[in-house]
Amino acid sequence: MSSTDQNQTVSPEATPKAAPDSVNPEPKVHESPASKSSGWAVFMFFMIGLVGSLLSGWILFPEILYSKKNQPIDFNHAVHLDMVSDGCESCHYFRDDGSFAGMPNMGDCIDCHEEAQTDDPEEIKFVDEYVTPGIEVPWLNHSKQPDCVFFSHSAHVIGADMSCKSCHGDIGTSEHTRVYEENRLTGYSRDIWGHSISRLGKSRHEDPKPMKMNDCAKCHKEETGHKGACFQCHK
Amino acid sequence: MKIDRRSFLTYTTAAVLGGAAGSMLTPAPWKLMDDAAIWTQNWPWTPVPEDGEVTYKQSVCTLCPGGCGINVRLINGRPVKIEGLKDHPVNKGSLCPMGISGLQYLYGPSRVTSPLKREGKRGDGKWKKVSWDEALAAVSGKLAELRANGRPQSVACITGSDQGTIPNLIGRFLTAYGSPNYIRSATAQDAIEQAIYLTQGKQGTPVFDIENADFILSFGSGILDGWGSPGRMFNLYGSQKPAKKIIQIEPRLSDTAAKASQWMGINPGTEAALALGLAHVIIKESLYNKDFVENFAFGFDDWTDENGKSHNGFATMVKKFAPEKVSRITGINKAEIVSLARAFARASKPIAINGRGHGAVAGSIDESLAVQSLNALVGNINKSGGISAIPDSNYAKWPEVNIDEIASKGMQQPRIDGAGSEQFPNTRYLLNRLPVILNAAKGDSPVQALLVTDANPMYTLPDTVATKKAFDRIPFIVSFSPYMDETASYADYILPNHSFLERLQDVPSHAGISRQVISLAKPVIQPTYDTKHVGDSFIHMAKSLGGFVSNAFPWDNYEAFLKETLKNQWRKLNRKGIIEIEHNLPEPLAYTFNTVSTKFEFYPTARDSAKQKKSALPSYTPVPIEGDIQRFKLVLTPYDSIRLAGGYMANAPFMTKTVDDEVLKNQFGLVEINPATAKDLGLKEGATALLTTPKGETTVQVHLYEGIKPGIIAMPRGLGHTAYSEYLAGKGTNINTLIGPIEDPTSGLDMAWGIRAKLIRI
Repeated sequence: MSSTDQNQTVSPEATPKAAPDSVNPEPKVHESPASKSSGWAVFMFFMIGLVGSLLSGWILFPEILYSKKNQPIDFNHAVHLDMVSDGCESCHYFRDDGSFAGMPNMGDCIDCHEEAQTDDPEEIKFVDEYVTPGIEVPWLNHSKQPDCVFFSHSAHVIGADMSCKSCHGDIGTSEHTRVYEENRLTGYSRDIWGHSISRLGKSRHEDPKPMKMNDCAKCHKEETGHKGACFQCHK
Repeated sequence: MKIDRRSFLTYTTAAVLGGAAGSMLTPAPWKLMDDAAIWTQNWPWTPVPEDGEVTYKQSVCTLCPGGCGINVRLINGRPVKIEGLKDHPVNKGSLCPMGISGLQYLYGPSRVTSPLKREGKRGDGKWKKVSWDEALAAVSGKLAELRANGRPQSVACITGSDQGTIPNLIGRFLTAYGSPNYIRSATAQDAIEQAIYLTQGKQGTPVFDIENADFILSFGSGILDGWGSPGRMFNLYGSQKPAKKIIQIEPRLSDTAAKASQWMGINPGTEAALALGLAHVIIKESLYNKDFVENFAFGFDDWTDENGKSHNGFATMVKKFAPEKVSRITGINKAEIVSLARAFARASKPIAINGRGHGAVAGSIDESLAVQSLNALVGNINKSGGISAIPDSNYAKWPEVNIDEIASKGMQQPRIDGAGSEQFPNTRYLLNRLPVILNAAKGDSPVQALLVTDANPMYTLPDTVATKKAFDRIPFIVSFSPYMDETASYADYILPNHSFLERLQDVPSHAGISRQVISLAKPVIQPTYDTKHVGDSFIHMAKSLGGFVSNAFPWDNYEAFLKETLKNQWRKLNRKGIIEIEHNLPEPLAYTFNTVSTKFEFYPTARDSAKQKKSALPSYTPVPIEGDIQRFKLVLTPYDSIRLAGGYMANAPFMTKTVDDEVLKNQFGLVEINPATAKDLGLKEGATALLTTPKGETTVQVHLYEGIKPGIIAMPRGLGHTAYSEYLAGKGTNINTLIGPIEDPTSGLDMAWGIRAKLIRI
């Protein structure tokens, strides 16, 4: 089986023009085996492209899209949770006006950590680098949403009696901070999109839940029977 | 497999197609699309509001003398909104557009961010940043040099207010230094104050108890356009009872006039004639308050002085102002004059007020006296719903200043502006005369160094060209402005003060309310830039000057000075943010006035002693406006709007945004003209025209407006800035470039209400 035969049957460019070309002796010069694209080769290259992009899209792309960062201090939630009386709300509290304070700031930390209480190197680092000079710790917030999104913790935690865990996962028992994967394009955490780049499958119970708009809508549909109106969040 | 060009292209195409097909089956393109959308929201120039804890700080607005209480909303300590303070006695929660947009003064690009020294020619805008030490040393050095040369009186200081501890601290500095030339910018209040002084013998802040009046006769006061304290006036309109009448008398249908019970279009500058015409009717029909006039007034009837010379009384004098004649002068028909006079006199609590628009121009003393006489005729002096005067605030106490010989000699020199001189004995400050005096001075300029704070004379003084020429003659100009205003941009040094939300200051209300209210402006934010409290700058300079000047300032800084001068009132003021002192009106049957006659003087004897050749009684003489009537057939009058700040503080850019297309279009200011006049001149709506006055010319667009009298054209104050920032400069025309000052013969204050003008289509 010569490659020429194959070429004549498979190659798209060869088929319609094959007859007139064979009449004309001159083009035969180009009909050398090497000069014709092999159908298999074309398919092979197509597949190389296909598989290559599949691999890079599924495996390489997430690696490139997210940079990995560590929190400035390796914070131990478990230790803190043991020592406070009011659970998560001891530090992540609601202000008097009902708004949610979010990450505690230096004013909150300084109550206990004016001086290091243990010889834990992370605590000493925290006191030396942040408490003493009075600098806010630049925590990397896994749940930070774009400015156009208005989310009320009050409506969910107080109004709907949801636990922190139901969205943020079991962070309260963690002994170390996780690696913060930052989307290089948007600057937000990978947690918002969800760890699965395909957004398929269900996240584990103890993991933080994805927080894209569809995730909000899905839960709202399940819990309230309606996805909610645009202006509930986009004000 | 040999690859030539053709097969290479084929294989590449195949690979690309494969790649494209494959990528569609990966999350990458869909994820990137989503991310790209979010990426666009995070462009660095997209403003992102601060998120965090919401707090409120109470303070008082110092953008105008109104003294409205403000409640500043902060997020994470950053001021994000200014609201009116609900329980403040002046404004009760209302606030004007300027106060609401006040944050733009804090964050806007017109701030002076550090001390600056001029490089290049004046007004070129070339500056060198210098340290505070260097700037203060340079200014103190210059002041020390002038003092050493025995010329302390050649230092003048222009301020925006003379009430409160900052102006008093500056006054104290000048006294210890040896200069009598402390000059405060004038407003209509000066003329009213003087009229009250002349008739009642009482020096103080005029009180208009408008809230308790039921018939308000306003001679052009822009009650809704920024007159007095705007917050207070908004409340007045908001709570109008059906029985309350507001009669607005002005040549133009302003917002105030449009919202009044009645608008009377008057020929501009003839308000005094109308007031006297109303008095004529009231007296003729015997509608005046006889109890007050007979028992507590002097000069109503004809009288004979101790030399046996007989004088006409007020009643005789107003006989000249019969409604027919007044109708001819004012353009208001006779029947309306008569019915207005009757309605005013018969109302249970009528009040007459004056001061045009915002009250930026003092106006004529005759006019203020005529309006005061109207109030006296209905007997509403020192009464609820009437007119009275609060003595100047004296809540702050400080030790006497001991001055040395140089200062003493300096202080004995006459004031440069002529205030308090034999010619103008009852006037305290005459800023409007300064340019003329400086330009006329032979040899050295009488002002060798000028300090300017809370004032912008290069913009606000009429006749900008003459003002600039006068300032050119001053060798050393220092501005303490937090903003690059017209005067700051013409200075040699700028020692920027903190902006209004960053500085500590006591603010005595000066806006006619019937109580003395002293509020405390507390910093709501730490200074954003390298600025210094003007009080601290003066204390620093005093200490550098040494000797008696330094001894007059034993305080480390302004805060210490404030605490010490307020003594036991400081704690209350600091805690509550406000001190209120009730203004007790005298018993109605025990009216005594501090005048020579101890009565209300329809014939103000104090004016008589001012060596006036004519009778001291208020009269009407047309204010001579500039310009040849043959060449300039129209009359240009400025007007004020609540949406434009015409004073030393420029508009916040948000305010300019609220200005209609009929006032400012693109870069052109519009001039209002009656359609009939426009037709005569061949001008159509929107036509571009050249507006010329004896003082200057400008290109304007024409706006046909039925609400202005034929022959009159009007433009607003507050446009045409040349400094500040690109958001303010070059928009419209500064009307002060087209108008000149006219001196009132009694007070020396500016009484110009317009100028002759012509409008030619181009």
